[in-house]
Amino acid sequence: MMPVMQSPRSLEKPTMHYCPGCSHGIAHRVVAEVIDELGLEGNTIGVSSVGCSYNNYLYFTFDMQQAAHGRAPAVATGIKRVHPERTVFTYQGDGDLAAIGTAEIIHAAARGEKITTIFINNTTYGMTSGQMAPTTLAGQVTTTSPAGRNTSTQGYPIRMSEVLAQLEGAVFIERVSMHDVNHIIQAKRAIKKAFRVQMAGLGFSMVEVLSTCPTNWGLTPIKAVGWLEKNMMEYYKLGNLKGKDLEV
Amino acid sequence: MLRAVIYSERCKGCGLCIAACPKKIIAINKSEFNQMGYNPSMLTDPGKCIACGRCVIACPDTAIEIKEAGDA
Amino acid sequence: MPEKVLMKGNEVIAEAAIRAGCRHYFGYPITPQSEIANYLAWRMPAVGGVFLQAESEIAAINMVYGASGAGARVLTTSSSPGISLKQEGISYIAGAEIPAVIVNVMRCGPGLGGIMPAQSDYFQAVKGGGHGDYRNIALAPYNAQELYELTVKAFDLADKYRMTVMIMADGALGQMMETVEFRDEEKPFEADKSWATTGTGMKRKKNYITSIYIDPEELEKLNNRLQAKYRTIEENEVMYEERDCEGAEIVVCAFGLAARIVRNVMDMAAAEGIKVGLLRPVTLWPFPVKAISDIAEKTDVLLSVELNAGQMVEDVRLAVNGRKPVHFYGRTGGILPTQNEILEEIKRILGRGNK
Repeated sequence: MMPVMQSPRSLEKPTMHYCPGCSHGIAHRVVAEVIDELGLEGNTIGVSSVGCSYNNYLYFTFDMQQAAHGRAPAVATGIKRVHPERTVFTYQGDGDLAAIGTAEIIHAAARGEKITTIFINNTTYGMTSGQMAPTTLAGQVTTTSPAGRNTSTQGYPIRMSEVLAQLEGAVFIERVSMHDVNHIIQAKRAIKKAFRVQMAGLGFSMVEVLSTCPTNWGLTPIKAVGWLEKNMMEYYKLGNLKGKDLEV
Repeated sequence: MLRAVIYSERCKGCGLCIAACPKKIIAINKSEFNQMGYNPSMLTDPGKCIACGRCVIACPDTAIEIKEAGDA
Repeated sequence: MPEKVLMKGNEVIAEAAIRAGCRHYFGYPITPQSEIANYLAWRMPAVGGVFLQAESEIAAINMVYGASGAGARVLTTSSSPGISLKQEGISYIAGAEIPAVIVNVMRCGPGLGGIMPAQSDYFQAVKGGGHGDYRNIALAPYNAQELYELTVKAFDLADKYRMTVMIMADGALGQMMETVEFRDEEKPFEADKSWATTGTGMKRKKNYITSIYIDPEELEKLNNRLQAKYRTIEENEVMYEERDCEGAEIVVCAFGLAARIVRNVMDMAAAEGIKVGLLRPVTLWPFPVKAISDIAEKTDVLLSVELNAGQMVEDVRLAVNGRKPVHFYGRTGGILPTQNEILEEIKRILGRGNK
């Protein structure tokens, strides 16, 4: 008998390379579930970025392109302008989207590029061993802020969803979290809506996903979700920032 | 009967399913290592599983399915 | 009937791209190539294409990556400092083995330099520019007709070999008006693009475009494949013009605008009884190594004339391989050498004093 709940069709079967408890795996599954449920598997072209998820084109069953660090929104723009009828999304981390790729994401959003961005915010550069990210919290210890992020010399974390929500071309922006089951269910709802906004041709849509990096945070997966809830959700308030009332 | 089935070869033993289980019937199996070298999760009392699927949602590794018991 | 028109060089490039079937342009304004973008801003929509002014050259080249990876014929254009910014994307395009046509209407450097014509990006185009072992096919037009012919050819070569093709024009060629004769229609090379990310349509296995290979064996395999492809190109795609080299006392190597100046110098020299030959590389890479090597057997001395401090001369020397002296003459800063300057240099080399 067919399982009632199982791995989505759009997700390849091999085990992913992520560390135990890493939110990437959940985010990948949720994106794949949404693509399945919207019937988009044959119609989607995804864009991987640089960071731990650099090779997630291996994990999805649809077409993908791997982009240089920060450039995924530009690459996605090129794809979408060739295939406006296809669903195009980027999957980017905080270093990728909020540091090296700030110009690309802001201008893709400002152009109202009809793409969807899944923005994984785990406050650190996971792949390069836990350096300070643009989203690292004040006081947070990382390998390049060993005494904790000092805001007087290292500046303040950027709230990218709030920044992008200012732009006319960004029509749907929501911040969600992957730290527990109820929030994962809400996150999936937001991601589904973001894709629907694109399908309706309304403009740029993004879902910021608060995520854990247990390895680089130096915490167990269980303690990491607790840390996210206690610290990240305080600074990065969950909820819809734009497009809440869009009927799609 | 529907219940959670854990594919221990896919499991990295992160324990997020343990936190997600409302019936408190998932635990790390400390007496077993899988091919990847992790202690996988296991159902301590499969009969009590209500097939709610919360462990499936919490799992980062698609290592759990809800299916008819005995299919595994 | 072929259409003969008077057009600015930059607009010739733009029109040629349209005629070659390019329907996607991504670029960022920079002097002295901005007329390409200005032209395509109205021309692309008129033929149902996409013109997009990007937020930077970096974004533009990555849009090219995306669009080309999605199967389209794509163009980006810029000038020297902008081409430097594109090097990241060019290296990725090389690694991902996708086609792209990149026009460099060269100005003088280094740094912000100046906006006057130069050929000082030869090294950048021919020796690398971005990281890794890769090549660009580099085409050097020298008049409006060649801007057209070589732009059309660039798209064919890019599709055929799935790599970057750079058109190395210069600020003067881009800015000057000349007549150009357009063919009624082009017959673009029909490339198999079954590798492109177009959406599977549930009809085939997924395609993905990537330049990362964590496994060293796989990465070496890619590099070996690229090198084999480059050898094929060196065998088959060399283009050059050879003029009056038989019996020449000196053969001048020059490309693009420098070659045009040398053409006039040849006439001046002939009037003084000096026989000067010209070897004009049209492909800067693959470089006409054999043609220059053969010339080295027949002539006593060579001179490379360039709008830079001496770049192509290194390749001329490699081709000559020490058999004959190879001299260099060039001007930098956007200054064009005059015909007289070059003639004087030729006479100095040949030991002919002023009359």
